[in-house]
Amino acid sequence: MYVIVAGGGKVGYYLARSLLGEEHEVLIIERDRRRADAIAEDLGSVVLRGDACEVSTLSEAGASRADVVVAVTGDDEDNLVICQLAKKKFNAGRVVARINNPKNRRIFNLLGVDVAVSSTELILTQIQQQLPGHALVQLVKLRARDLELVEATLGPNSPLVGRTVAGAGLPAHSSLLLLLRDGEPVVPTPQTTLAAGDEVVALARTESERALRELLAG
Amino acid sequence: MRVVILGCGRVGARLALALDAEGHEVSIIDRNPDAFRRFLTEDFKGQAIVGVGIDEDVLRRAGLDGADVFVAATNLDNVNAMAGQIAQHIFHVPKVIARMYDPFRDELYKAVGLTTVCPTTVGARRIKEMLDARWRQAEAGG
Repeated sequence: MYVIVAGGGKVGYYLARSLLGEEHEVLIIERDRRRADAIAEDLGSVVLRGDACEVSTLSEAGASRADVVVAVTGDDEDNLVICQLAKKKFNAGRVVARINNPKNRRIFNLLGVDVAVSSTELILTQIQQQLPGHALVQLVKLRARDLELVEATLGPNSPLVGRTVAGAGLPAHSSLLLLLRDGEPVVPTPQTTLAAGDEVVALARTESERALRELLAG
Repeated sequence: MRVVILGCGRVGARLALALDAEGHEVSIIDRNPDAFRRFLTEDFKGQAIVGVGIDEDVLRRAGLDGADVFVAATNLDNVNAMAGQIAQHIFHVPKVIARMYDPFRDELYKAVGLTTVCPTTVGARRIKEMLDARWRQAEAGG
């Protein structure tokens, strides 16, 4: 695969390094001369110095034959423009953007950016998973139709304790995918009885998340 | 008409003052509060809002919901492109005008439905016309 990485900051650098390790063809576009030189010294001649928001730079980078263009600069407006230029002017295969402000997810999705990754949201989720308590933690938000993969630990007061999966009365558009009981994975069947302390991984529509949260946490 | 202008530089401020003087309801946004002191005059009766123009909440505070016109005139093409498209797709403002210094970005954003003004091509074309006229005169005069 040919991947163009726009922005040679920490994210861009580590992404490029790992893609190179997987034998992909990679080009980093970096505006700052010193930063560009430092990356080239480390990773070899895989750096183009220039502004990825300029058509001439993307053209020199060969954006029209790129399978993926990833925009990971620190400025959301630059990432958006890079993706739109790559897609509309160069027909790049897939465009992926980093968003620094989670509020911008909506407009990025509306404007045809294939994947918008929010580092802020990812870090929040990671931290939430480490916090004690029985809160429902969002693991992954699936792109299709507002589906979320969530995780929760059944509290002793959860109304589900002692009930079977079939009799649990789960909210519409949600289902239990996996239980972790004493550290062992259990694939739940309708007859599986739920116990306090079970870690539950569930798939839910965004709209059912709240009902599911109340049911699981108790 | 209700008009929201992003960027209180020379162009944004001048436009804001002109529209305000004609009795339009004008809000102007800039991330730097000094810009208002520097470029607006005291008789400006509109709203001046400090904030970043690619933030939906700032745009809402400036009254973009239900606005007739949005003008993005910061000195950054990418900010103008993004704010313009937020106005277009999230706030459904009927008329969105964005300034683009880069002719290539001007072309792209024109194609996706923004009304754009490119001072680079306008300026170059105007100067070229003046030179052409001068040369034609010289030729005519022998």
